[in-house]
Amino acid sequence: MSKIGLIIARELKSKIYNKTFIVMTILAPLLITGFIGFIIKMSQSEKTEQNVLVIDESKLFTDKLSGNDYISLTFSNLKLNEAIGSFYEKGYSCLLWISPTIIEGGAGATKLFYKKSPGFGFQTFMKDQMERIIYENKLRANNIDPNIILNSKQNVRIILEKVNDVGKTEEQGSFGFIGFISGALMFIFIMMYGMMVFRSVMEEKTNRIVEVIVSSVKPFELMLGKIVGVALLGIIQFVIMGVITLALTTLLSALFLKDVSSQLQVFEQQQELVKKQGTNVDLSKLEKFDDKLEVFELLKSIRKINFTEVFICFFLYFLGGYLFYSAIMAAIGSAVDSESDSQQFITPVMIPLMIGYFISTKTILDPDSTTVFWGSMIPFTSPIVMMSRITSGVPLWELLISLSLLFVSFIVMTWLAGRIYRTGILMYGKKTSWKEIGKWLFYK
Amino acid sequence: MAEILGIHNVSKRYSSHIALHNISFSVQQGSVFGLLGPNGAGKTSLIRIINQITGPDTGEVLFHGEKLQPKHVERIGYLPEERGLYKKMTVGDQVLYLARLKGLPKYEAKKRLKIWFAKFDMESWWNKKVEELSKGMQQKVQFIVTVIHEPELLILDEPFSGFDPINAQLIKNELLELKKKGSTVIFSTHNMGSVEELCDNIALINKAEKILDGSVKEIRKTYRTNTYKISFKGNPLGFINALWAGGDLLDKHTEDEIHSYTIKLAPKVTSSQFLQAILPTCEVHSFNEIIPSMNDIFIMKVSEVNQETGTQSNYTE
Repeated sequence: MSKIGLIIARELKSKIYNKTFIVMTILAPLLITGFIGFIIKMSQSEKTEQNVLVIDESKLFTDKLSGNDYISLTFSNLKLNEAIGSFYEKGYSCLLWISPTIIEGGAGATKLFYKKSPGFGFQTFMKDQMERIIYENKLRANNIDPNIILNSKQNVRIILEKVNDVGKTEEQGSFGFIGFISGALMFIFIMMYGMMVFRSVMEEKTNRIVEVIVSSVKPFELMLGKIVGVALLGIIQFVIMGVITLALTTLLSALFLKDVSSQLQVFEQQQELVKKQGTNVDLSKLEKFDDKLEVFELLKSIRKINFTEVFICFFLYFLGGYLFYSAIMAAIGSAVDSESDSQQFITPVMIPLMIGYFISTKTILDPDSTTVFWGSMIPFTSPIVMMSRITSGVPLWELLISLSLLFVSFIVMTWLAGRIYRTGILMYGKKTSWKEIGKWLFYK
Repeated sequence: MAEILGIHNVSKRYSSHIALHNISFSVQQGSVFGLLGPNGAGKTSLIRIINQITGPDTGEVLFHGEKLQPKHVERIGYLPEERGLYKKMTVGDQVLYLARLKGLPKYEAKKRLKIWFAKFDMESWWNKKVEELSKGMQQKVQFIVTVIHEPELLILDEPFSGFDPINAQLIKNELLELKKKGSTVIFSTHNMGSVEELCDNIALINKAEKILDGSVKEIRKTYRTNTYKISFKGNPLGFINALWAGGDLLDKHTEDEIHSYTIKLAPKVTSSQFLQAILPTCEVHSFNEIIPSMNDIFIMKVSEVNQETGTQSNYTE
């Protein structure tokens, strides 16, 4: 037993002091959160103050077009040519010119002059308003009250409620994204650490040190020590990456999502109030969050995810899936002499993982389909597929069966791998085939 | 002398061929034992069984009269033919790791390693990575790792292949010293010179079967052909006449009036009878029996067996 400890320690030490490992562990979460932060930042419209001079030659928009917190509009009757030369000096950031023929349509009906680009958000803001005004105008021209049209439009929101075995309902977050991400992460992690075991086994074989070692310990112990060593390494890396990611996301969300969360709080309080007091509430006194409703939905569905469950499951499935696949990888590593020979063996192992990944993409659309169910039961794909299902609510019995299947298969696979391994590591110079490996299973 | 290792009817087959067939022999404590045989004869298979890397299909191996068990690995040292080290690991970490795998506690391993490193004058290598060492340096490291736990039984697979002559000599000396301290050494080799120099006993394996074993002296005696080399001064005619009595002239050579003849005596003629016959006619300078070398015996036995089975020897050296 103490010898396995020595093997585990060596395996860990040889990898943990590796520069690539250290850089990877620290850099990866920085890159990932940095990337996500960047995307969020990019998707938020830039709130630069805009002081706009509007020359409305159509006279359609005067007093109808309005600004907001950071966009202020000034209407003017100046000639366009004069205004172009002087708007910037007079303190306007841009000049919006609306042609007299705008209602007739056609491109180039309106122009925006600027010195510093006002950005896409601003353009959309102005464009949407103008389109709405023209739309209402045309409706009125045909004697239709725009309010009728407006009131006949109704949004429909589907709320998912799952009825559980005791007949109680619970609202489900339809947030497949987290599931999909954890499925993809699982795929990457299993592959990465599986390859690590594979390389480590092959290194010992090609180094020819393996025979010295197996004269001191049983080949099975060596293999197990290796697998456990890399597993520990994975857990360490996982924890470090997790802590860094958590710290960074907390920091980032404190920076970027602070407004939204406090607004959400107000919104929820208001909803409570309406629920309790009914129509007695003076609706006009309430803050309006119409444009934020989607973000609120997102935040609420994220909050609804049981992260403890997700983390525990991720850990267990990572462990089981890794152990299962790394046993296969160790067997393959023992069978080949060089990396170039290894492809024919690695590809067939990759395929079930890939299938798992594809099934997991299906989960978002249809989490309770038969394919997804079986995919989350069969050990070859279950770590990935189950993770993608996890946020849509998986009954405990399914989890337990899937996990037991995974761990039983891991034990069987390790036993089989051990039989291949002890023969493989001492076979040199022979091109190995699947048939040959099959024979090794039955050597005494 | 007590038996340290007993091989009893060991057989091992792989799917396509038989590696060992019914091999038995015994190794005495404190002796140096040579395991000889052409390439592919099954030597490495047998050595791996003794090291418990694989197990025999049938038969058993006894260590001090006890059936081989995992605990015995700490009393056996093994230097495989395909020997290597972790290239990226430092020498110190590596030898310490391998020594501890053999069951030595850390402080004890460190203490002994320091002694060995000083002995081979390689203290400065401790913090170097193995890939920085030359092949000869790595061989020294490998040898130290093999003997660090002071094994009672030392097994070396082709220890002299790949070693440069200086290291080979160094290792020969160390082996003899270990033997003096009471260790038993088994090694497989192609190098028949080293067999005569080092081995007390041998076993010769060919095509999975043992075809010869025993003490080197005895074997060489058994394979005596009653051949002598004699150098003398005087009339060769008288010598030839005396040879009539019972013997053949195999070779002759004359230099500065000294004749060197190689003769093979008939089985019934003893060397003293022959000497008595020639002494009246010539002045004898030297008279030596030509005992076949292990190399001769090896080639003779192997080709004998191969002729019987009608196959060609795959032995090449």
